[in-house]
Amino acid sequence: MSTPVVQLRDIRKTYRNGDLEVHAVRGISLDIQIGEFIAIMGASGSGKSTLMNTLGCLDRPTSGEYLLDGVNVADLERSARADLRNQKLGFVFQGFNLLARTTALENVELPMLYAPRRVSGEEMKRRAMAALDIVGLGKRFDHLPSQLSGGQQQRVAIARALVNEPRLLLADEPTGNLDSKTSVEVMGVFQRLNEQGITIVMVTHELDIASYCKRILVVRDGLVVRDEPVQNRMIASEQLAKLHSAEAEAKLTTTAPAA
Amino acid sequence: MRLLATTIIALRALRRNKLRSALTALGIIIGVAGVIATVAIGNGAKVQVESQIASLGRNVVTIFPGSFSSGGARGGFGSASTLTIDDMEAIRRDVADIVAISPEVSDRNQVLANGLNWSTQVRGVSPEYLSVRAWDTDTGTMFSDQDLRSAAKVCVIGATIVKQLFPNSDPLGQTIRIRNIPFIIRGVLESKGFNFFGQDQDDTIMVPYTTHMRRLNRRTTVSTILIESASPAVMPRIQQDTTDLLTQRRRGREPDFTVRNQLELAQTATATARIMTLLLGSVAGVSLFVGGIGIMNIMLVSVTERTREIGIRLAIGAHDRDIRVQFLIEAMVLSVLGGIAGVLLGTGLSQALSSVTGWAVLVSTNAVLISVGISAFVGIVFGFYPAHKAAKLDPIEALRFE
Repeated sequence: MSTPVVQLRDIRKTYRNGDLEVHAVRGISLDIQIGEFIAIMGASGSGKSTLMNTLGCLDRPTSGEYLLDGVNVADLERSARADLRNQKLGFVFQGFNLLARTTALENVELPMLYAPRRVSGEEMKRRAMAALDIVGLGKRFDHLPSQLSGGQQQRVAIARALVNEPRLLLADEPTGNLDSKTSVEVMGVFQRLNEQGITIVMVTHELDIASYCKRILVVRDGLVVRDEPVQNRMIASEQLAKLHSAEAEAKLTTTAPAA
Repeated sequence: MRLLATTIIALRALRRNKLRSALTALGIIIGVAGVIATVAIGNGAKVQVESQIASLGRNVVTIFPGSFSSGGARGGFGSASTLTIDDMEAIRRDVADIVAISPEVSDRNQVLANGLNWSTQVRGVSPEYLSVRAWDTDTGTMFSDQDLRSAAKVCVIGATIVKQLFPNSDPLGQTIRIRNIPFIIRGVLESKGFNFFGQDQDDTIMVPYTTHMRRLNRRTTVSTILIESASPAVMPRIQQDTTDLLTQRRRGREPDFTVRNQLELAQTATATARIMTLLLGSVAGVSLFVGGIGIMNIMLVSVTERTREIGIRLAIGAHDRDIRVQFLIEAMVLSVLGGIAGVLLGTGLSQALSSVTGWAVLVSTNAVLISVGISAFVGIVFGFYPAHKAAKLDPIEALRFE
C-alpha cells in the first residue's frame, strides 16, 4: 500500500483567549489514503473547523505531526504553507468565494497566477478551460459569478480547486448555501472526481450529504469519536434520476387538468 | 519572479472596480492638473516679461539724471536736468565695449499732417538709437549722421502715427508739422506693440536730438542716455566705468545721476514672476499631497472591503509579498494614470485659460516629468500602509469576514 496522503499524529490545537485556554483539538490521529472520500461531521465548536484549517495548512497545530504526502508540514512558516496550499491542496468553501466581477475563466486561473513556477498565459488558459470542462461549465467560461446560479458558482469554485492538480481536495460545507437538488448535483461532481482518483475531505453537518461520501468521521470536543465507512452510500446520478422522474410526474399531474 | 503575474492580478482588480479606481485617481488628477496649469501660467508670465524686457533693447545700460542721494530738498528721481551731450560724448570716447549710444530728449506735442492732428511723444535721438532699442524701420530708413549734424527737419514715425494720420496714404516723403515746423518723413518704424508698463511703443515720432534740442524745445540737457553693450557680461563693468567717469566729470560734487542696467530690471521682473510661480506651484503641490492622502484613504477602505478577496487569495497560495505588491501596484497604477490624466487636463486647462484670457502659458517638460514622478512617489508612499495592512491579514479570519 502506498503512503497515505495525510498522516495526522496526535494533533493538538490550543487557543489562548486572555487567561483562558481553549483546547479546540485534543489529540487527533488520522490516516487518509489516496482515493478516499471523507465527510467530517460535528456540531459547531466541536473542533471540526480547526481540524479542517489544520488539514488545509491555514493554521499550525500547537503540537503533533502532520505529514502531507509524506512530508512534515506542521512547522512550516507562512509563505511555505502558502506554496503548499497552492500546489497540493484545493479549497472549496461554503460561500463559493469567487472573485466578484471576474469571469469564471479568470477565477479558475487565479491559483496558477500564484504558482511558485510561472505558468504561461496559454498554458493557464488551456488548464483553466480543461478544469471548467471537468465540472461541465466549459461553455460558460466568460460568465461572471453574478450571471451563474449557486450550483454553477460552486462548480467554478471546484474547477479553481482542481486546476493545480492537488493531492487533496478540501471542501468546507460545500452544499451549505445550495438547495437540495443543486446539492445533489454538486455531490455528483465530487463523486465523479473521486472516481477519477481524487482524494476529498469535506465538512458537513447534513447526514444525507455525508452519505454520498465513503467514510464518515464524527468530531466532538476536539476528538474523533466515530470513524466508520458509509453504509447505504447514495449515488448522486441515481438520486438525480429519481428527482427528475418525480418532477416529470409532478408536471404531468399539474398540467393534466389544464389540458 | 511573480511580478508579472502580480501585475496582471492588480490590473484585473482595478478593472473590476472602475468607478472606485477613477474616484481614487481623481485626487491625483486634480492635483497634477493644478500643478501643470499654475506652473504653465507662471512660466508663461515669466517668458512674457522676459520678452517685454528684451523689447526694451539689447544689453542696455541707462543713465538717468537726478539721484536718490541728493541732499536737502530732493526733487526725486529724474527730476534734475544734469545730463548733457558732452557727458555722452565723453562716455563714447572713454568707456570700452560700447556698440551704440544715444541720448533721448522727449516731450509731448500736437502734430499735424494730412489734415489730421494727433498728440504724441516726440523724441530726439541719435541714429544709433534703433540699434540700442533692438528696433528697425519697416519702410524707408532712419535719418543719418549727416541729418544729425545739420539738425535736419526729418523724422521717422511709429505705426500708430501712420494709423492716425495717414490712414489711406503712404507717409514716406510726406510732411508732418510739429510745433508748426514741417518735418519730412524718412521712415516708418516696425510695430513693437505695448511695453511692460502698458504704453503703446508705436505712438512716437523720432527726430535727430540736435533738431529737437535746437528747434523744438531749446534744451541743453537730455532726459536719458542709453548705451548698448557688446554683451551681457560687460554690462556691470560699463555701468561701473560710466559711473566713475561721470563722477570724475562732476569733480567731487554730489553725483547727480543714476546708472542702471537692463539685467537689474529683468531680474526684478523675473523674480516677481518666479515668486508667483512658486506660490501657485506650492498651492497645487498641497493639493497633490491631499490627493495622495485621498489614495491612502480609499486604499484603506478598499482593504477592509476586500478582506474576503484577500482571504481567498491567501488561501489559494498567495504569499504576503504578493498581496503587498498587488496593492502597491494598484496604488501606483492609479497615481501614475492619474498623473498622466492630470497632465492632459492641466495642459488643456492652461490652453483654455490662455484662449479665454489671452495670458501666455507655457507647459514645461520639467513640470510634466516632475509631477508624474511625484504622483508615482505619492502612490508608493500612500499605498504602502494599506498594502502592508492587507498582507498581514490572517487567511482564516479574512475568509470568515462578512
